[in-house]
Amino acid sequence: MNERALRIGLPVLVLALGLLAWDLVVRVFAIPPFVLPSPGLVLGTLIADWGLLWQSLLVTLATTFEGFLLAAIGGIGLAVLFSQSRLIEYSLYPYAVILQVTPIVAIAPLLLIYLPQPLAVLACAWIVAFFPVLANTTLGLSSVDHNLIALFELYKASRWQVLWNLKLPSALPQMLAGLRIAGGLSLIGAVVAEIAAGSAGAGSGLAYRIAESGYRLNIPRMFAALLLLSLAGIAIFFALSALSHLALRRWHESAVKREI
Amino acid sequence: MNPSGTDIVSLRNVGKTFDSGTVALDGLSLAVRDGEFVSLLGPSGCGKSTALRIIAGLSAPSTGAVEGPAGKIGFVFQEPTLMPWADVAANVQLPLRLAYADDTQSRAAVVQALERVGLADFANAFPRELSGGMKMRASIARALVTGPQLLLMDEPFAALDEITRFKLNNDLLTLWQALRRTVIFVTHSVFESVYLSQRIVLMTPRPGRVFTEILIPAPYPRDERFRTSPEYAGYCRQVAEALAKAMGGAP
Repeated sequence: MNERALRIGLPVLVLALGLLAWDLVVRVFAIPPFVLPSPGLVLGTLIADWGLLWQSLLVTLATTFEGFLLAAIGGIGLAVLFSQSRLIEYSLYPYAVILQVTPIVAIAPLLLIYLPQPLAVLACAWIVAFFPVLANTTLGLSSVDHNLIALFELYKASRWQVLWNLKLPSALPQMLAGLRIAGGLSLIGAVVAEIAAGSAGAGSGLAYRIAESGYRLNIPRMFAALLLLSLAGIAIFFALSALSHLALRRWHESAVKREI
Repeated sequence: MNPSGTDIVSLRNVGKTFDSGTVALDGLSLAVRDGEFVSLLGPSGCGKSTALRIIAGLSAPSTGAVEGPAGKIGFVFQEPTLMPWADVAANVQLPLRLAYADDTQSRAAVVQALERVGLADFANAFPRELSGGMKMRASIARALVTGPQLLLMDEPFAALDEITRFKLNNDLLTLWQALRRTVIFVTHSVFESVYLSQRIVLMTPRPGRVFTEILIPAPYPRDERFRTSPEYAGYCRQVAEALAKAMGGAP
């Protein structure tokens, strides 16, 4: 059996065994669905409530995507700004760190007071997601080959040319690594904010559905929504990994297949 | 081949002290004539590379004066220093792109430069797909693409294996004879400096200054016959002895 088949086959096997065990436990101990629904029931609920859940998924995904986009623009933009001016970096970087280390769950309720709900949710997604982009891009921008910088200097390259032709391409691998982390985090940020908004919010995202279903003891729907959230996270991760691979495949060691 | 006599670059009493307090150069005086092939030879850390960077304008001298170079400069670093995200053609074209040169003419210049270094078939290869010697060739092509008057080379072949180094030495001499540019070549190899240069400038250990100069009057073209000749061995001995003196009997 080759490596690739193992890498796909084994997790699938574990999944199948896990589902089987779950189903058996529910059957053998006759656990009622409002305590633990069987996998079949979760799937059934997912199909039965598809219209509702799908709409909610779209809402959450839209927030995630917008948060991610703003995080990418904000993170890369700030990193570029920092690389151009030490004064700006020294002035702002500590606050970026503070924003990052303060738990978003604690910030979310405050944001919900001051901002309209959709904007508050978006702000949460952004706050959680922008820091890895900023930190990684900053690292990339500051690790440019010194000889290449000297070369650009020799040919009297302008600041803009150095940034565009040297620093940004050179920082691309780290930037993409930051974006890959940010993708998952912006989903987390959106979910945290929706949960914090809870029943008070007029939102209709997936996390809101989970909270709402919890109050109604509709446990199968909670699981179905959770399943959708996981799938969304996985899809985001793979999409960004694919993007990273496409951008780097011809030149960066991380994306090039090693031939032995 | 014959130096025309005008100095393309001259350093007078140049000193360089780094912020760390390290005195890299002290009282370095050196003049290089147009069309000459000069080697700066000295032990590691004697400030050869610093001198080269000062000539290139990449570093400012702390004391003394630098005159010239007036025209364009090509610089070859110890590492190939290629942009890994760009193919060979784009790497070689970089100096022209930074000068906002016309794209069509630039491409023609790139093709020509790649032909000169024997990389015409690798224009679309990425640096990581090339061997060490080929990367260095690409780096030389990039230095040549602007048609510089002065080519500065900072131990360019130090990291290469001997077979590749000999080949590149030969190709460099062929290029130099064809193009008639001035070359200042930094090296710590006695054998390489004797093989390549018309004149060897021996430097003392830190702080670097000129210890002595040795002319190598052997005619060009030089080839493998020269490399194995008693004459070559004699020059090497002479330079090696001078180098030992320059080191001041240091172990």
